[in-house]
Amino acid sequence: MQYMLLIYNDPSLEPAYGTPAFTEMMGGYFAASARMKADGVLRGGEGLQGVETATSFRIKGGKVETMDGPFAETREHLGGYYIVDVPDLDAALTYAALIPSAHFGTIEVRPLMDYNPAS
Amino acid sequence: MTAPGPSSAIAVSRELDRVMRADRGRLLAILAAGLRDLGLAEEVLHDAAISALAHWGRSGLPASPQAWLLQVARRKAIDRLRAAGRDGRKAQALAALTADEAAPDARDIPDERLRLIFACCHPALEPKSRVALTLRTVCGLTTPEIARAFLDAEATMGQRISRAKAKIAAAGIPFAVPEPEHWPERLETVLTTIYLIFTTGYVAGPQEPRDLCLEAEYLIRLVDRLRPGEAEIEGALAMMLLTGARRAARIGPDGASLPPGDQDRRLWDAARIAEGRAVLARAMERRRPGPFQIKAAIADCQMADPGPDWPQIAALYGALLRHEPTPVIRLNAAVALAEAGEQAQGLAIVETLGDSLWDYQPWHAARAALLAATGAPEAAAAAYREAIARAATPAEAMFLQARLARLAPS
Repeated sequence: MQYMLLIYNDPSLEPAYGTPAFTEMMGGYFAASARMKADGVLRGGEGLQGVETATSFRIKGGKVETMDGPFAETREHLGGYYIVDVPDLDAALTYAALIPSAHFGTIEVRPLMDYNPAS
Repeated sequence: MTAPGPSSAIAVSRELDRVMRADRGRLLAILAAGLRDLGLAEEVLHDAAISALAHWGRSGLPASPQAWLLQVARRKAIDRLRAAGRDGRKAQALAALTADEAAPDARDIPDERLRLIFACCHPALEPKSRVALTLRTVCGLTTPEIARAFLDAEATMGQRISRAKAKIAAAGIPFAVPEPEHWPERLETVLTTIYLIFTTGYVAGPQEPRDLCLEAEYLIRLVDRLRPGEAEIEGALAMMLLTGARRAARIGPDGASLPPGDQDRRLWDAARIAEGRAVLARAMERRRPGPFQIKAAIADCQMADPGPDWPQIAALYGALLRHEPTPVIRLNAAVALAEAGEQAQGLAIVETLGDSLWDYQPWHAARAALLAATGAPEAAAAAYREAIARAATPAEAMFLQARLARLAPS
């Protein structure tokens, strides 16, 4: 099964760029990615730029609305994701535990929709 | 068993009933683990039971009814999966089912119930859903029975159970005993789920049609048998035995609930106490302490002769706080400390917990008792009234009323 590991965190709790804690966090991300690759489960993953770069867009009654900012007005924002292909939820949770942001944010683990049932 | 040949419908239905009552959980566990889908496993086992009524009536009882049911349920599953069109995961399930097709003898049917229990008690499910699913699949309670035990509407409980089954299938919750790295955390979730079943039954009383204390005892004994030598499992079993032993004495003749120190000891169940103490001793010899063993030891010290061993209980709560640093455990530790003679110190700790425990009846009751003991009867009376307003059962309210009436007039 494929799972998306959605990384949510509060930017104000994240280590600041240039600090040793930041270097440690990035090292943790490299190690997590390397482990997922080595185990042959990594199907994708990206980090997102900060919420201050986000633009929200929708079409309401045929009229375009474009707004500054992220979709949800919450403290914790989507900061990136991994996609892993593993046998079950427990395996997906084991990889989620490798993500450094799990220590100060939340990892949401969700199975992907299977659009290719013949496979 | 019976020679092949037509059997009476009554005999067949009685035998099917017996087999399903005794082995439904085992059969379900094997089917669910193979299909990775609890809902489907329940449906095909049900289909197989209906087929059994017809077939066994015509051709006589099979040599192994369990193996027969398992084989027919597997065929029903294959039929259903084929009819539904096979997607990737279903094809896998089909392959697994066909591989198992060589019908085993009843003696060869493995006991996969631990896998089923770990799936039903997965932390990815809500705590109440864990309880409901475990009661349904492992203990065989019906949805109306579970709804009744939790004072829920049947439809609400039915929805809860089907949502949980759907999540197991869709989220890929495995029917597996966890790896060693996850074992302590996952075992604790299982034990907590079983304990929640126990306490629900303890509060409801033994007159309910399905006594949840006995269901919890059945579950914890099953887990202990399937995974022997695990100190915390033994600790949980010991705690349920030692607490359950006092059940007949917990309500006094006037209907008020009684703390262990005030109970009529002649009503305690000596056999359960003896077994509970033996199981706890065995657990402690393993030198792997944990919260359930500590709670069992506390339950044991409550029954010391001639009365509760409060200094020991206070020390045990101190140890428990290291595992569960919660306000409720802090409250119990403070009460034990006060009972052991340190009343002012106990009251001081209780007073610090008001913010987190204001809605918790035992906090008001404990505070009232300590205020009364330290010479503040008016404040004690006010605290008793707050406690009475929050009492969950009439028995509790009566106990508190009696304490309030006993306060010396100031």
